Amino acid sequence: MSSTRSTATAATEPQADGLPAVELDGATRSYGERVALDRVSLRLEAGRTLVVFGPNGAGKSTLLRVLATLLRPHAGTVRVLGHELPDEAWAVRGKVGFLGHDPLLYRELTARENLRFHARLHGVGDERIEELLERTRLLPRADEPVHTLSRGLVQRVAACRAVLHDPPLLLLDEPRANLDPGSVELVEPLIGSESGRTRVLTSHDPRGGLAEADLVLGLRAGRAEALGTQVDAEQIGALYR
Amino acid sequence: MRRAVGALLRKDLTAELRTFESIPAMTLFAVTTFVLFHFGLDRSSLEGDLAAGVLWVTLLFAAVLGQNRLFVAEEEQGGFDGFLLAPVDRTALFVAKALALFAFLVVVEIVAVPAFGLLLLGPDLLDPLPGLVLVLLLADAGIAIVGTLVAGLAIRTRARDLIAPLLTLPLLVPVVLAASEATAPLLAQAGAEGPPGRWLAILAIYDLTIGLVAYGVFDFLLED
Repeated sequence: MSSTRSTATAATEPQADGLPAVELDGATRSYGERVALDRVSLRLEAGRTLVVFGPNGAGKSTLLRVLATLLRPHAGTVRVLGHELPDEAWAVRGKVGFLGHDPLLYRELTARENLRFHARLHGVGDERIEELLERTRLLPRADEPVHTLSRGLVQRVAACRAVLHDPPLLLLDEPRANLDPGSVELVEPLIGSESGRTRVLTSHDPRGGLAEADLVLGLRAGRAEALGTQVDAEQIGALYR
Repeated sequence: MRRAVGALLRKDLTAELRTFESIPAMTLFAVTTFVLFHFGLDRSSLEGDLAAGVLWVTLLFAAVLGQNRLFVAEEEQGGFDGFLLAPVDRTALFVAKALALFAFLVVVEIVAVPAFGLLLLGPDLLDPLPGLVLVLLLADAGIAIVGTLVAGLAIRTRARDLIAPLLTLPLLVPVVLAASEATAPLLAQAGAEGPPGRWLAILAIYDLTIGLVAYGVFDFLLED
């Protein structure tokens, strides 16, 4: 395993402007006394996928929320799409698609109303909503309140919400949870590697996660226990023991 | 800003029309309180200062009920995160929520004020109605602004149901005082007079001042 402060870069070409899509240097975030993210450093080039492994409470969701500008880093440097957080968070908002454990949908509104609400906030037209509903085969259920939909359908709506504004960076917290194989196939073009977007995703599935990773980060108690492009399943398994 | 306010307001009004969580509870509370006053005061009718006091204290507590529900969907259903991820002015959330609470109060008063006239008021309600509407609108604006600001502050605390009224009520003392003083002459037995301009001006100045303060600080309430 690498040292706790090691830095690795996805072995890919940098984006046109030479800036990595995500760059952390000693990023630290605490909740009171508890350090949730402890001096993590990494660099992810545009169009590539970082897969984050780690047991519950390892800091995976905290990392995603810091990158999404929802949490401030308490120490270290965090740059997203060339903008330093939290000072330039305003420039990052609207360029990030976030799909977490919470679908960020209002239960009393229908799928279409929820997407329309987020579309208005992001300045996106209705035609994009219809396109996404069609691609994810949600049209027949689009006018039903979200609280009447199954968890899998809600996750499909949430995936549509996350990519509604066509963000260059996707932050995905176990994005395939609650999805059956058919649903995974439907959302894959939106949030999978074929979407062409830079992705940071968390996973508990070493085989599937490693297969789509350009860069792997293994977190335990907030620390980068494994980091690099050559991390194997055994190293990932050790994080959970 | 206008686009975001419109989206948020439309979302809140749609959700309220679908769930009827706030307005019926606020209205029922106000009408029930008038019934309790009707029997508790042991008087057949009220007028002047006492009538104005009963009306405004009741409407204030009804507003606190609505205030407590204002940000619940944002907190419990991830609405804050969804909003914070969007490239919009964060103050839009404050403006939309204040407008929603203002609208809720207006709807409640459409039912509660006639109920007050029927159950408690001695003088006729029709004559002073235009003046009363003016006082109601000015006071509702102040209540909506303070209510939204405090609700936004309290929503992320564990004891939000306690903190919201404890902070709101002292901040709204000037509104209740000015609204009662402006309303009392309207509800006088001797015949309705126009609302005193001095108290209307105080209400308007309070609305403007607290509105600017809220507009300035609300952004920081959403900070991590």
